[in-house]
Amino acid sequence: MERRAFYRNGTLPWLLIGPQLLLVLVFFYWPTSQALYWAFTLEQPWGGGNTWVGWDNFAAIFRDSEYWTVVGRSTFYATVTTLLSMAVALTLAVFADRALKGTKLFQSVYVWPYAIAAPAAGVAFRFIFAPESGLIGAINQMWPGIWNPAINGWQALGMVIVCHAWLGIGYNFIFFLAALQMIPKSLSEAGAMDGARPFRRMLDLQLPLIAPTVFFLLIMNLISSFTDSFGLIDTMTEGGPFGSTEVMVYKIYFDGFKGFDYSGAAAQSIVLMLLVIALTIIQFTWVEKRVHYH
Amino acid sequence: MTRNWLLGAASSLTVLALASVPAMAQTKFDFWYGLSGDLSDRIQEMCEDFNASQSDYEIVCTSQNDYDTNLQNTIAAFRANKQPTISQIFDAGTLDLMLSQAYLPIKDLMSQNGYDIDWSNYFSGIASYYSTSKGELLSMPFNSSTAMIYYNTDALAKVGFEGLPTTWTQVEDVARKMKAAGYECPVAFDAAGVWQWYEQFSAIHNQPIATLGNGFGGLDAEMAASKGLFVDQLTWIKKMYDEGLFINKSKETGETELDSFANGHCQVFSGSVAGHGSVTAKAIPELHWDVAMLPMMEGHERTNSLVGGASLWTLKGKTEEEYKGAAAFFNFLATPKQAEWWSTVTGYIPVTNTGFEAMKANGFYDAAPYKGREKAIESLTFTPPTENTRGIRLGNYASIRAEMVKTIQDVLFNNKPVKESLEAFDAKGNEILRRFQATYKDAQLP
Repeated sequence: MERRAFYRNGTLPWLLIGPQLLLVLVFFYWPTSQALYWAFTLEQPWGGGNTWVGWDNFAAIFRDSEYWTVVGRSTFYATVTTLLSMAVALTLAVFADRALKGTKLFQSVYVWPYAIAAPAAGVAFRFIFAPESGLIGAINQMWPGIWNPAINGWQALGMVIVCHAWLGIGYNFIFFLAALQMIPKSLSEAGAMDGARPFRRMLDLQLPLIAPTVFFLLIMNLISSFTDSFGLIDTMTEGGPFGSTEVMVYKIYFDGFKGFDYSGAAAQSIVLMLLVIALTIIQFTWVEKRVHYH
Repeated sequence: MTRNWLLGAASSLTVLALASVPAMAQTKFDFWYGLSGDLSDRIQEMCEDFNASQSDYEIVCTSQNDYDTNLQNTIAAFRANKQPTISQIFDAGTLDLMLSQAYLPIKDLMSQNGYDIDWSNYFSGIASYYSTSKGELLSMPFNSSTAMIYYNTDALAKVGFEGLPTTWTQVEDVARKMKAAGYECPVAFDAAGVWQWYEQFSAIHNQPIATLGNGFGGLDAEMAASKGLFVDQLTWIKKMYDEGLFINKSKETGETELDSFANGHCQVFSGSVAGHGSVTAKAIPELHWDVAMLPMMEGHERTNSLVGGASLWTLKGKTEEEYKGAAAFFNFLATPKQAEWWSTVTGYIPVTNTGFEAMKANGFYDAAPYKGREKAIESLTFTPPTENTRGIRLGNYASIRAEMVKTIQDVLFNNKPVKESLEAFDAKGNEILRRFQATYKDAQLP
C-alpha cells in the first residue's frame, strides 16, 4: 500500500475546495444543467414557458443532413488545424532547441501568437486575406480571380484553418520545446556520433521520447479546434460563403442566438459536449497509460 | 470633537438629502438600440434633446451595436428581469416580439398616458408591418426605409441612356453597354442583400413570400419562394453574374456594394434609402448619381414596397412612472420638428403623412443632397398594401433570411440549379417555421 497524507478533519477539505467548487457549479454545472433541460424541451426565447418533447430535438438534428455535413466539416477542420499547428510548432521547436544563432530570441518570439485574442487575430487576418484589398489579394493582380474566399468555400475554410493553426503554434511550441529540453543531451550527442543527421535524430530519438507530449497536445488541439473556432469564424466569414465555414460551435451560436432556437442549439451543444468528453476520456485512460517510454 | 463630527455629519446628510430631492423626482428609463457609428451619434443627440426638453424624465440611451445583438441582449435582459423600457427591434424580429407576451401595445401605452395620437396618419405600409392582422399597431414605427436602386448618371449618359432605367431589362441593357464601354463593374451585388433582392422584389411584383398572406393569416404559413416570379429573377441574376455584369461586392471581398458605388468602382447598386446619406457623405467628388424606385420585371404592375428598418417596442415589467416617460418620449419623436430632423440627419423616411407633407412643403426634397429620397415614399405608398405587401409575419425570420443568403450564394458561386435550390430553401424555411410553431404551440397570432 502506498502511504497517503489525509485529513482527519472532515470539514476542512470541503472548506478548502469550497470556493473552487462554487465557481465550477455556477459557471459550469448550472449552465450545463440548463442546456440539458432545454435540449429535452422546446424553450420559448422570451421565457414564456416550455414544453417537454423528450428526444425530439436530438432526433431533429440527427435527421438533418445539413447537420451531418457540419459535423463532417468540424472533424476535418479539427484534424487539419491540429496537424498543421503541431507540425509547424514541432519544426520550430526542434530548431529552437538546437544551439543555433538567435535561439534565445526565437524561443520567446514564437510564443507571442498565443497571447492574441481570436477575434483580434480574425480581424487582422480578414484584412490580410481580403481578395480585393488585402495583402494576399495582390496575387489576384497576377492571376485574376485565383484567390477569392468570398465565393470559394474551400478557400474560406482553408483561410480560417490557417489562422486557427497559427494561433495555436505558440502554445504547442512551448510544450514541444520544454519536452525537447527534457531529453538528456547525451542521447542526441550519442546519436550524432553514430552519424545520424538532425532529421534522423528527430524521427528516431526525439519524437519517440516526447511521445507523451505529442499525444497530450494532439488531444488538447483537437478539443480546442472543436470548441474555440467561434471567435475567428465570426469575425472572418460568419460561417459563409454558403455555409462553407459553418462548424458545430458556430452553428450552435447561430441557431441559438440568431435563430432563437434555444432548444435545438442546446441539443447541439450537448452533442458537442459529449464529443469533448469522449476525447478527454481517451486522453485520461488510453493516452496517459500507454504512451510512455521506459 | 465628537459633537463637531456629529454636527458635520448631520449637516452633510442634510445637504445630500436636499441635493437628491430634485434627482428623485426625475424618472430614469432605458432605451436600447441596434445602430452604431454615425446613426448612434444621432440617437444620442436625440436623447439629449429629449432630456433637455423636459425635466420629469431622463432617458438613458445605450447602443447595442447592431439589431441582432440588441435583440439577443434584450431577450437575455428580459429573462433576467433587467430589461430596458424601450427596445428597438428590426423588421425581421417583429413576430418574435408579437408572440413573446413581453410588450405593451403602443396604442394602449399612449392612450393610458393621455396622448391622443392620430394613428391613421402613419403610412399604411409602415403601420401594417407592425400591426396585428386586425390592424392594431403594437410598436412605434421608428427608423423606416425601403429598398431603392442607385445609378451613376455619368455612366448612364456614357452608354446613351436617358433618364433612369425602370425595368430590369433596361438595367441589363445598360449594364451590358457599360461593360462594353470599359466599366469593369456595372452592377454591384451582395447575396446578403436578401431584403432588397428577394423580399422587396416579391413585394413590388405582388408575389407572396409565404402563404396565408406572408404569415399574417396564421402560424402554419409555408414558404413560397420557388413558386413565384423570383425563380425567373434569380435565374436572371445568375445569368448577369456569369456574364460579369453583376459583380460580387461584400464585406468579405473587401468593399461593400455601397462603398464600391461611392468610390466609383461600380455604376449601379441596390440598397436601402437609409444609405442615401452615406452615399452622399462617401461619394468621390466627381461622382454624379441618382436614386430610383426598384426596377420592375417587364410586363408587371407595380405594388407598394415593404418598409424596412426597425420599430420601438415597450417592454413589460416596468413601473408606471417609466411608462409615462416612455410615452412622453414617443410623443416627442412624433412631433413634426423631431421627425424632420431625424429624416434630415439620417436617410430614413418620415413615417407619417403630415410629416412627409410638411417636409415636402418646406422644399426639403427639392435640392441635393436630399433630392430623390421622396421616391422612397412613392415606392412605399405606390398602392395600398395587398395581402403580399403589408409585411412579413414569419417566425424566426432572421434564420430564414440567412438560408436565403446561402441559397443565392449556392446558385451564383456553386452553379446549383435555381428551381431546385429554391425548393430546398422553401423546405428548409418550412422546417424553421414548423419549429417556431411548435415552440409557440398554444399561442394565437394577434
